Amino acid sequence: MSPLVSLRGVERVYGEGEAEVRALDGIDLDFMPGELVAVMGPSGSGKSTCMNILGCLDQPTAGSYKFADNETRELTQDQLALLRRYYLGFIFQGYNLLARTSAVDNVELPLVYRGVAARERRERALEALRLVGLENRAHHAPSELSGGQQQRVAIARAIVTGPSMLLADEPTGNLDTARKDDIMRLLVNLNERLGITIVMVTHEPEMAEYCRRQVHFRDGKVAEDTGARC
Amino acid sequence: MLSSWSRVLFAAMVMAVREVRRNVFRSSLTVLGIVIGVASVIAMVSLGKSASEQVTQNVAKMGNNMIMLMPGAPRRGPGGGSGAPFTPADVKAIIQQVTGAQDVAPESAKSALVVFGNRNHTTPIRGSTNAWLRVRGWKVAEGREFTDAELGGANPACMMGSSTRKELFGNQAALDETVRVGNVSCRIVGLFETKGRSGGGDDQDDFILMPLRVFQRRIQGKTDVSSIYLTVKPGRSQTGVVRNLEMLMRERRHIGPGEDDDFHVADTKEFAAAMSTVTTTLTALLGGIAGVSLLVGGIGIMNIMLVSVTERTREIGIRLSIGARGREVLLQFLAEAVGLSLLGGVVGMIVGGAGSYAATRLMGMPFSFPPEIALIAFVFSGGVGVLFGYLPARKAARLNPIEALRHE
Ligand SMILES: Nc1ncnc2c1ncn2[C@@H]1O[C@H](COP(=O)(O)OP(=O)(O)O)[C@@H](O)[C@H]1O
Ligand SMILES: [Mg+2]
Repeated sequence: MSPLVSLRGVERVYGEGEAEVRALDGIDLDFMPGELVAVMGPSGSGKSTCMNILGCLDQPTAGSYKFADNETRELTQDQLALLRRYYLGFIFQGYNLLARTSAVDNVELPLVYRGVAARERRERALEALRLVGLENRAHHAPSELSGGQQQRVAIARAIVTGPSMLLADEPTGNLDTARKDDIMRLLVNLNERLGITIVMVTHEPEMAEYCRRQVHFRDGKVAEDTGARC
Repeated sequence: MLSSWSRVLFAAMVMAVREVRRNVFRSSLTVLGIVIGVASVIAMVSLGKSASEQVTQNVAKMGNNMIMLMPGAPRRGPGGGSGAPFTPADVKAIIQQVTGAQDVAPESAKSALVVFGNRNHTTPIRGSTNAWLRVRGWKVAEGREFTDAELGGANPACMMGSSTRKELFGNQAALDETVRVGNVSCRIVGLFETKGRSGGGDDQDDFILMPLRVFQRRIQGKTDVSSIYLTVKPGRSQTGVVRNLEMLMRERRHIGPGEDDDFHVADTKEFAAAMSTVTTTLTALLGGIAGVSLLVGGIGIMNIMLVSVTERTREIGIRLSIGARGREVLLQFLAEAVGLSLLGGVVGMIVGGAGSYAATRLMGMPFSFPPEIALIAFVFSGGVGVLFGYLPARKAARLNPIEALRHE
């Protein structure tokens, strides 16, 4: 089986000259379809930068990123958008929900771009909100929700399309312990039942425990990789 | 089955409508800016146009192609100058020698008390001939013009303006009644059609017309003619007639070469030209004021749009990150900008048109709506709305999703 994700010598450099920051400094990684991976490492080690590249939200300065055998460097902006639309789900550290827009409308948004009919959209969005335990907050705007609730809306938005790969940047960072375990069980369930490949960043070893594979970042490099155990 | 493009367009419009409803305040400010710009331009220019139309109408009311001959030098500096009045012989000479003249009407006027039964009213009395009606553009509503016998001085007769008639007779019939004008008893043989107020606001319908002979003998007590009105034959040059008239009068009044005229000639064309200069200036002034409001409205729209760029850039980042293509986002923003601009433009036209209509009604002016100006105002403020709603969006849609999301 060929890997779903293949990074080879990926570098990401911010700024120039004096202010140059090597956020990623030669990353080689392969993820097989159906893997559940925890990405760990100290703050500033390049985890978010790597996730953005995996989510096709940003491009590497150097190196190659193949998604399902497609070299992303050779894709146009529109083709990358379609990759995000049909295959990727992204949970941001900072939620990134539309302001003054209800939770259910936020969750529906990816389905709008997929051309799903209004009625089906609403049903699927409400189901996703139910999965994250927010069905009774469906019509609240982000400003009326706590940080943890907003994080769960962001999770619902990422899973509502049933993506091939789910990328989560500290998805449990703002949740209480009980809720963290709920969300982790949900993600494990999606991974096991639907075979969705999941890559999630976390600081907490307890959360990483749920994942079969753990990748540790340090100074923009992979310091340790427990390897695929499929 | 919808084609994929029309589905994309439809989705963009649905999302644009959602965005507008999500941002009611911002959207209404944008619309308001456009409304103010469009409405003020339309109202101002429409008012200016109405004013010039009224002037044109007033000049037309004075009579067509009319030439006026009055004693006294044309006013130049202090004093001006006065000249002797004209005589019936002058009138006869003009009729015979100024061949380009169609109608020639002498006029003398004096205020007098008019009495009917127990009612009385002081009004200008004019003495002239039937030609006066044609020259000054008056029509007989009831009755007839003067007969030759009456013009010759027999059976004192008069014709009456509608306001005078109302003062003396109220709603009663006036034709063939006898009124006392000064100390002359005369029969009302004709009643004029109403002309309404003049450009200066005077009641033009308050006067009595008598045959010149009777007026001179019984009211004025002398044979002076205070002014003479002429019209020009069709196909003859007005300037030519004016020149003939001036030459004849210089000769008759014994004005040597190099001496200044002691009379002057004016024509309605000249007057109309002067008035139209005034109204053109007025329209330009109003248009300038309106242009400033248009600009202010435009800057308002621009500010609202630019203030929200950060939020909108983040919104674009979110949409891109969940799989929207740049052109889909742009289409949505364009639909929003065009929709708001259209709404503002249409409301602005209605508000401006209605405002101008109300104002012209109030001032008794004719209403006129300038479609080309409406179009210019519409295109300008609409353009500002579309431009400043669309350009920042276009910039944002070209960014990496992550860059758009980080925008500050
Ligand atoms: N947009 C940016 N511009 C400049 N430097 C950045 C930017 N984003 C991240 N960095 C830098 O890149 C490094 C890695 O950041 P990040 O990937 O966010 O780390 P992590 O998510 O592991 O905490 C850090 O040193 C950070 O300061
Ligand atoms: Mg991070």
